[in-house]
Amino acid sequence: MSTATLAAAAGSTTAAPAQAQSRAWVEHIMGMPISVHVRGPQARTPEVASAVAAAMDDLREIEARFSTYRHDSEISRIQHGELTLEDASTQVRQVELLCRAALERTGGWFDAWNAVPGMPGVFDPTGLVKTFGVTWAARHLDAFAPTLGYAFGAGGDIQLRAAPDSEPWQVGIEDPRDQTRVLAHVPVSDGAVATSGSASRGAHIMDPHTGAAAEGLLSATVIGPSLLWADVLATAAVARGAGAAEWVGTLHGTSGMLVTTSGAVHRWSNPV
Amino acid sequence: MRRIVIAIGSTLTGLVLLFSWPTSLNRSVALAETSTTEGSSSTTAASTDTSTDESATDGSATDESTSDAGATEGSTDSSTTTEATPSTTSTDGTYTGDSISTEFGPVQVQITVTDGVVTSAEAIAYPNTNSKDQRINSYAIPTLNAEAVEAQSASIQMVSGATYTSNGYIASLQSALDQAGL
Repeated sequence: MSTATLAAAAGSTTAAPAQAQSRAWVEHIMGMPISVHVRGPQARTPEVASAVAAAMDDLREIEARFSTYRHDSEISRIQHGELTLEDASTQVRQVELLCRAALERTGGWFDAWNAVPGMPGVFDPTGLVKTFGVTWAARHLDAFAPTLGYAFGAGGDIQLRAAPDSEPWQVGIEDPRDQTRVLAHVPVSDGAVATSGSASRGAHIMDPHTGAAAEGLLSATVIGPSLLWADVLATAAVARGAGAAEWVGTLHGTSGMLVTTSGAVHRWSNPV
Repeated sequence: MRRIVIAIGSTLTGLVLLFSWPTSLNRSVALAETSTTEGSSSTTAASTDTSTDESATDGSATDESTSDAGATEGSTDSSTTTEATPSTTSTDGTYTGDSISTEFGPVQVQITVTDGVVTSAEAIAYPNTNSKDQRINSYAIPTLNAEAVEAQSASIQMVSGATYTSNGYIASLQSALDQAGL
């Protein structure tokens, strides 16, 4: 993952006349593509464009603050003992609290203090920073509710808000064995879809109890009301491995899908 | 009197539901409806598709279709009618609701009734989480594509996946969808 922002907006200057009611932007921040799609009568207004730009700025700010690839980020300084949590910014302390809640809520399977292989005890909130960032940045778009719907995607995790046409967003779920294919799709008006897996960047999810790479699942997708928690739960499911199939039955108010290493698919939709 | 008891019971239930919703994970084991599909047939996929699209499961339609959500939303004005009526005797006193276990600990609500009026209601145990995700929703089960089709031919707008880094983006389906929407 490069520390630099890889490319500037591809979309901000293109004025495609095809659909007056929708628009999309893409930038690369935190080493991942950030895709924002909007729908509604204001979709192509300068106000919405500046809101998207402000959201992207928020994400760059969060990258600078949390990146473990930057020596001068607050997280790097905390990891090197140059900064204490007490002296850190409000955002860093917020994320630390959320990491603690995530540890508890997942029964220890989402563990920001056991996320760096070979370095137990080192605080690395990277797994939560992306969705924290999107949730924070998306407030610029929430300001247009209820007349603007949006899909705010960051590296495959997506927060969605209903558009005034009341058509749900259709979200494809990638086949973890073939990035060019979708395995399933799900309609979501208002909520979030998060997928975690062992497919990207090698096996990047660790079993916090053994320190070894998590096995058993190729990917876990969780659909729920909150992007941050959907992602935490999806990550915890991958860490649990095959045992996750039973566990997801307890996550009420969510739906989702697991793909095991043998290719079996387990789906669920739990009532609220 | 009977109405008061019902109202109190409903309020109690509503409060417990409200407090327990996002985190009372253990409670839902019995409710949980899971399905395992291995190479499911195309008819299954197709029928799921139509039912999820038109019926209950995304946010906009929740109110009419999900009795659970209805009960929770109605709780503040005590309008729940599905509450099983308890015995109808004297109403004054302190009532403690059932403790509902959650991953964060028990949720329990206590109310005090004086002269048939609820004079206080408080959670005597509750999960101390910062739960921003209080939206009452239930979500559709993902529909398997009968054959894994390419995104361009399906009417999807976004792709959720674990493989998205900037390095792989150009070749990704999301990239194609973004280009289409620019």
